[in-house]
Amino acid sequence: MIKKMTAVFMALIFLCAICLSGCGGEDTLTLNVYNWGEYISDGSEGSFDTILEFEKWYEETYGTRVKVNYTTFASNEDMYSKISSGAVSYDVVIPSDYMIARMAEENLLLPLNYDNIPNYEYIDDDFKGLYYDAEGKYTVPYAYGIIGVIYNAAEVSEEDALGWDLLWNEKYADKIVQFNNSRDAFGMAMYKLGLDVNSEDKSVWDTAYNELVVQRPLVYSYVMDEIYNMMESGEASIGAYYAGDYFTMKDAQAENVDLKFYYPERTNYYIDAMCIPSCCENKELAEIFINYMISEEPAVANALYTYYASPNRLVYENEDYISEMGGEAMEILYQRAGDFALNYDKNAYHNLKPEMLDYINGLWETLKIN
Amino acid sequence: MKVSSKIYTALIFIFLFAPILILLVFSFNESKSLSVFSSFSLKWYEELLNDRSTLEAVKNTLILALSATIISTVMGTAAAFGIYRIRKEWQKMLLNTVTNIPMINPDIITGISMMLVFVFVGRMFRESTSLNFWTILIAHITFCLPYVIFQVLPKLQQMDGSLIEAAQDLGCPPFKTFFKVTLPEILPGIITGAIMAFTLSLDDFVISYFTSGNDFQTLPIRIYGMTKKTVTPKMYALATIIFFVTLSLLLLNNIIDNEDRDRVKQKNEKQA
Repeated sequence: MIKKMTAVFMALIFLCAICLSGCGGEDTLTLNVYNWGEYISDGSEGSFDTILEFEKWYEETYGTRVKVNYTTFASNEDMYSKISSGAVSYDVVIPSDYMIARMAEENLLLPLNYDNIPNYEYIDDDFKGLYYDAEGKYTVPYAYGIIGVIYNAAEVSEEDALGWDLLWNEKYADKIVQFNNSRDAFGMAMYKLGLDVNSEDKSVWDTAYNELVVQRPLVYSYVMDEIYNMMESGEASIGAYYAGDYFTMKDAQAENVDLKFYYPERTNYYIDAMCIPSCCENKELAEIFINYMISEEPAVANALYTYYASPNRLVYENEDYISEMGGEAMEILYQRAGDFALNYDKNAYHNLKPEMLDYINGLWETLKIN
Repeated sequence: MKVSSKIYTALIFIFLFAPILILLVFSFNESKSLSVFSSFSLKWYEELLNDRSTLEAVKNTLILALSATIISTVMGTAAAFGIYRIRKEWQKMLLNTVTNIPMINPDIITGISMMLVFVFVGRMFRESTSLNFWTILIAHITFCLPYVIFQVLPKLQQMDGSLIEAAQDLGCPPFKTFFKVTLPEILPGIITGAIMAFTLSLDDFVISYFTSGNDFQTLPIRIYGMTKKTVTPKMYALATIIFFVTLSLLLLNNIIDNEDRDRVKQKNEKQA
């Protein structure tokens, strides 16, 4: 009897397995995309549903069905650990610059065949051949961001709003929020002092550390994405974050809060770019997807959804995009685009040696504990 | 003394429920802000219904939780029955300890070790993707099993063993005895175990994170991925719904427990 039961049970499981695996159908291609969360226009609030539209477009164009498995990660490091473990295969990933450099170095990326990505010509030349992909083999830039200072004009007088000094201004003690991650916090001090953010010299980092010690009594809190609520509600008045995120805050600011934004002269730039990891199983399909992502309609929709600046001419010259974003947003997002060709390589964070990272994290811990 | 103890209780309840209350209130907020309540609206609930990938994640989470619950309940009940039938005390102790390990083990260790096993097996069969729905299901069954076993086992021990003997004396085959005599007696334990397994599987993040593949994302993993930008109020709406579902499951569980206690009490009174 027990044997019978086990047999029935096994049969049931087997049946389930067949059902589930059968759902895919035989002629359907699959494409596995791994992206940041909230980083693509997904059809919410009546926007363009990128993934669904791609599936439709592909079937109309090539006559074959494609199923996109779209999953998300929360940090470059999460994504890296998943890919390097070899447990899962992805076809397209969208990491940030320093992580791309590391993955390329470790042979985790495949060189792209740009013949399959004709829209690549619309990517601004300033964004090609940057340090993380100097030969222009592996990447197609997706979005970029620049850190600037956000302040509440109802609390902070305009004449103080200059450079990084505002975050060290004693007048606003307990109104300032600082990044709660070592690289960004140290970076801010280093831009302020004119130091090299990728220095291999420990004494340079010590100098930056001393600057952060000076700032510490003025800091209300060390934050990451808590900054949104603190700035929106007026709980904090001064902080630094990405230009795109400033608009998200501005949209939700409380009545007595008036957020404003400016760029200090030296600041951090980052780029997220689409790449194909070496575990990819259908490279041509992946390239077609990348090409679709930088074609006009999806690219505009994604830029509108994320509020980040786009390196794509089809986006920043698109009239609907310009009118939808409005003058202030276009001005803030794109005024420093020309800097990339000149300043990006020395102001972006590069991958540091592990012993340097350990040293910096040691300093950071001491700063936070004392 | 009495006043202070009341204040103490009130404080504890405030700490426990204030966060949930805030979430609940702001899920009905018209604007995106978490600090200003502008006006009442069901906008975010509507948004939630239009968010395809979140709904997909909800569907995945439910499919996973239901399958993990059904399988771990069947296996757990069988295992509990087996442990109950063991005569030798040291064997029983050994099995109890072994069952305890997945409960006490930190999630992160369970998660990583399971991922390693799956990758190892996947490599053996030269699969490029060794993590998929089945691996995450196996992982969920693994951590749900002990909870079912430890809910069913006490019920078996409470049961009057002579009932089974009596049934078999009267010529009832063992298999039929199990379904006609044992099962009705231990049913409350099985249901409690199943509900626990369901809720645990529903909100697991760590183990799911390590064992999920590229085509199956559960809700906790999706929400975690949103922390690059802020979590949208859609998620408050979803969390509110989940909170009420969990709450009703919990209530159901307590009602079943109470009825069961009453039944046992009545039976004891009758015997006396």
